[in-house]
Amino acid sequence: MGTTFIFTVITLSVLGLLLAVVLFLVAKKFNVEEDPLIDVVEATMPGANCGGCGFAGCRAFAEACVKSRSLDGKFCPVGGNAVMQKVAAAMGVQAEEKAPMVAVVRCNGTCQNRVRVNEYDGSVSCRIISSLYAGDTGCRFGCLGGGDCERACPFGAIKVNPETLIPEVDEEKCTACGACVRACPKGVIELRNKGPKNRRVYVSCMSQDKGAVARKACSAACIGCRKCEKVCPFGAITVENNLAYIDFNKCKLCRKCVAECPTGAIHAVNFPPKPAAAPAEEPKTDKQ
Amino acid sequence: MRRTFSMGGVHPHDCKISADSAIETFPLPQRMYISMSQHLGAPAKPLVQKGDKVRTGQLIGASAGFISANIHSSVSGTVAAVEPYTDLAGNPVMHVIIDVEGDEWEESIDRTPDIVRDITLSPAEIIKRIADCGVVGLGGASFPTHVKLSPPPGKKAEFLIINGAECEPYLTSDYRLMIEHAEEVLLGARIMMKALGVVEGYIGIEDNKPEAIKKMRELTASSYPEIKVVSLRKKYPQGGEKQLIDAVTGRRVPSMGLPIDAGVVVQNVGTSFAVYEAVQKNKPLFEGVMTVTGECLDSQHNFLLRVGTPFEKILEAVGGVPQKTAKIISGGPMMGKAVANLSAASVKSTSSLLLLTEKQTKRMEESECIRCGKCVQACPMGLEPYLLNKLARAGRMEDLEHNKVYDCIECGCCMFTCPAYIPLLDYIRTAKADVMRIMRSRPKK
Amino acid sequence: MRKLIVSPAPHVHGDESTRMIMKDVLIALAPSMLVAVYFYGLSAIKLLLVGVIACMGVEFLIQKYLMRTKVTVTDLSAAVTGVLLALNLPPTAPWWVIVIGAVVAIGVAKMTFGGLGHNIFNPALVGRVFLLISFPVIMTDWTVPASWFRPGVDAVTGATPLALVKEGLAQGMTVDQIISANPDLTYGQMLFARAGGSAGEASALAIILGFIYLLVRRVIRPHIPVTIILTVAVMTGIFWLIDPSQYTDPLFNILTGGVLLGSVFMATDYVTSPMAVKGMVIYGIGIGVLTVLIRYFGSYPEGVSFAILIMNSIVPLLNKYIKPARFGKEVSHA
Repeated sequence: MGTTFIFTVITLSVLGLLLAVVLFLVAKKFNVEEDPLIDVVEATMPGANCGGCGFAGCRAFAEACVKSRSLDGKFCPVGGNAVMQKVAAAMGVQAEEKAPMVAVVRCNGTCQNRVRVNEYDGSVSCRIISSLYAGDTGCRFGCLGGGDCERACPFGAIKVNPETLIPEVDEEKCTACGACVRACPKGVIELRNKGPKNRRVYVSCMSQDKGAVARKACSAACIGCRKCEKVCPFGAITVENNLAYIDFNKCKLCRKCVAECPTGAIHAVNFPPKPAAAPAEEPKTDKQ
Repeated sequence: MRRTFSMGGVHPHDCKISADSAIETFPLPQRMYISMSQHLGAPAKPLVQKGDKVRTGQLIGASAGFISANIHSSVSGTVAAVEPYTDLAGNPVMHVIIDVEGDEWEESIDRTPDIVRDITLSPAEIIKRIADCGVVGLGGASFPTHVKLSPPPGKKAEFLIINGAECEPYLTSDYRLMIEHAEEVLLGARIMMKALGVVEGYIGIEDNKPEAIKKMRELTASSYPEIKVVSLRKKYPQGGEKQLIDAVTGRRVPSMGLPIDAGVVVQNVGTSFAVYEAVQKNKPLFEGVMTVTGECLDSQHNFLLRVGTPFEKILEAVGGVPQKTAKIISGGPMMGKAVANLSAASVKSTSSLLLLTEKQTKRMEESECIRCGKCVQACPMGLEPYLLNKLARAGRMEDLEHNKVYDCIECGCCMFTCPAYIPLLDYIRTAKADVMRIMRSRPKK
Repeated sequence: MRKLIVSPAPHVHGDESTRMIMKDVLIALAPSMLVAVYFYGLSAIKLLLVGVIACMGVEFLIQKYLMRTKVTVTDLSAAVTGVLLALNLPPTAPWWVIVIGAVVAIGVAKMTFGGLGHNIFNPALVGRVFLLISFPVIMTDWTVPASWFRPGVDAVTGATPLALVKEGLAQGMTVDQIISANPDLTYGQMLFARAGGSAGEASALAIILGFIYLLVRRVIRPHIPVTIILTVAVMTGIFWLIDPSQYTDPLFNILTGGVLLGSVFMATDYVTSPMAVKGMVIYGIGIGVLTVLIRYFGSYPEGVSFAILIMNSIVPLLNKYIKPARFGKEVSHA
């Protein structure tokens, strides 16, 4: 009994010692020299690994920053200016301020506005639908409702509304990482300036069809009538390929275009409600 | 032991209910919509303008590049417009729209019914004539035929195989051609063999078409000894190029390879007929045989149809779309495309309009994978669809490539057989496209 | 005209469904169930009923109230587990033992992993082995209960042939002596029907009938059962040739115990067996070898259950590394 005990203890101790030496040698041999600054920078990152910055993850972003010794063209949309200040401080450089952005769904082809002309019976994925055909409505530019954006969002900030079949963005959760923008095969989602007090004006339509065709497919379509372009005092609106676009850097949120739009394709969000005396045809606003 | 391809495959119900309907000539509609992209590769460049007068068989779209094909007017009349028009998937494609006036053919076309048996053109002239006449593969992919008949330098064809398998359920257009125009099909094969410089030819026919086999055997025995008729055990996807080559010659096209890598060129029966008409009759490809079928229709048809006929007109002619119809498919039920837009028009390779009822085609709700391995057993390429589906849904591109997703021929056997109704091919198809794009974007070694 | 349906190809589906497959397995098990009812009468009926109801009930309760997912009891997979569990128990097993087995089989071995398609181990076998270890006396009580189909015979003990041999050898008898001491150990009886052992082991012929049905209906492929049986035959054959007085012959080994039932119905369970043919063969050989090793050198007289469970655990590995034969040789990526 006694010898067995001693023998066991000795064997296990020697074995442990030997393995420790092996582990030590292996760790030495395969040690990768890395700039310790990368760890410091990575520690300031949000750690969502969403890829919104254009790099494979937070570590890759930190590596790129440290290797190039500058922050030019690098921005973490999730952390925003606060995180970029910290990164800049860790690296000893200056960070430029960026206006906060938010994802905006530029389609209002809800089940009410857009008539379904056929019945899709395949897998629910926008990628698959868009590679198969133009979609189950008359509009081939609009949202397909397959929810690829919802699945791509690492923050649960965008959800397809089961009633309208159009995704809605939770602007509290949205970090403007751009994952949904990349996931959408129709290019319906755009990153736009969050705007003062989150107030924004944008064209909620992507249809480049001619007015009559677009209108037939969807009652809320932009028909390219150019009324908004003419009424805009700041030259922020351009109409190309039968579709209006509002440049958010020029837009001063006067909302003249909203009142002018005949189909209600221009949306203004987060503005206080107008007094009750407003004209009967009040433009649609989608409160989120 | 009856021959067939060596791995995988499924046995869908035959449903060749239009097999006994002889080919009827479809009357000309008032307006034709001729697509400029009826082939794989670059769309053809329109050569006519609004107001131009065109004749049947006149060149109206010029091939735009090496992999592209000419397009000819299928009717005579006035060009009403040259503009984008929605195809069957609802996407706009450049079309030449012609108001039909009479039916005046180009004088160079031989319209006599006699069979011209002497092949006078040289191989180079044959290939040029096929290209001029805009002949494309009518088996589905619409690959320009003249490109297929010109093997890349360093590669030599040893056999020509004519694909008479017609393994898709319902389709009977190739069958009717083999019955009614057997000699023309064989002549087309002989012409292509001359162009390729090969002396051995095969025609592979599935054994559910005994009459076609009999007819072809009689003809080859008497006057076409260089072509052998191979009876194949019915199994889908026998008509896939790689599967047909395996079934007929026992050779296997390498992974990522083309049939020519195994020394074989495969052409469809319809293509062979079009080659005969192009080379011997100087007739461009502007009409073809199309099956219009479905259990819900009162009558089954095989039409000789001009390219550019709107689907609506075809369906009107067979008595309208029955109330029960839930899905209309251009092509066969395994690989055909669902029609989203009935105003779309037929193209060169439209082999059928198939009307299915909801009961026949509605997908069942997907349940959990029970790992039965039936998809692995059914895959004719030896892939693991259950795994590819999972990897595709997770977006794991490297693993997908490692598991050879690029070898998938999109035949649909896996999804057809899956007892859990998992839409395997939906995800595999898009993942395959993604992986192929990644592989192509890599710098070549 | 209604709105047209649009979807990617293929537009038609084959006739198979999960439910159909499970129904086919139940039909294939019918001969064995009938034999069990013939021999054990009411006890067998009770065994089967309690097994099926308990398994389906446990699955229903867990899906409805614990996992709160869609209830998929109607796919009949739980019914198959219930029948297999019942056929693997002694006919005298009390109802509560069956219920415990069902709870372990469905609750622990199946639902814990996520339900049908996700379990690593064959649920029925996990249930059976759990019972075997927990209630060894009940699980090896091979009393043959009375059956109204066999009038005149009343509650005899019918030890399994394997147990008889193992005990006999332990007492220093030779194989020949054991067999001559037990006149009912003939091949004919073992093939057609012999009372004793688990409820489903009574008739080899009934199992073979089920096997043929499964093959004809293309529910399973023959690779796994055939390799298991061949491996058992070869392994036992080698031992038998070395010393026929200590080891039984291959035919005896195949016809007795759970080799047939296990290889046809348990080892071929879709979820827990490999996908590729090569993997199936390796898996089958593994089960065969382990079965014989456990029978000859383990403390239990029978080892099929353990062998299948052990090989179940390496199935994910087989699926990962053993790929099916691909079509066409690999050429350099152009």
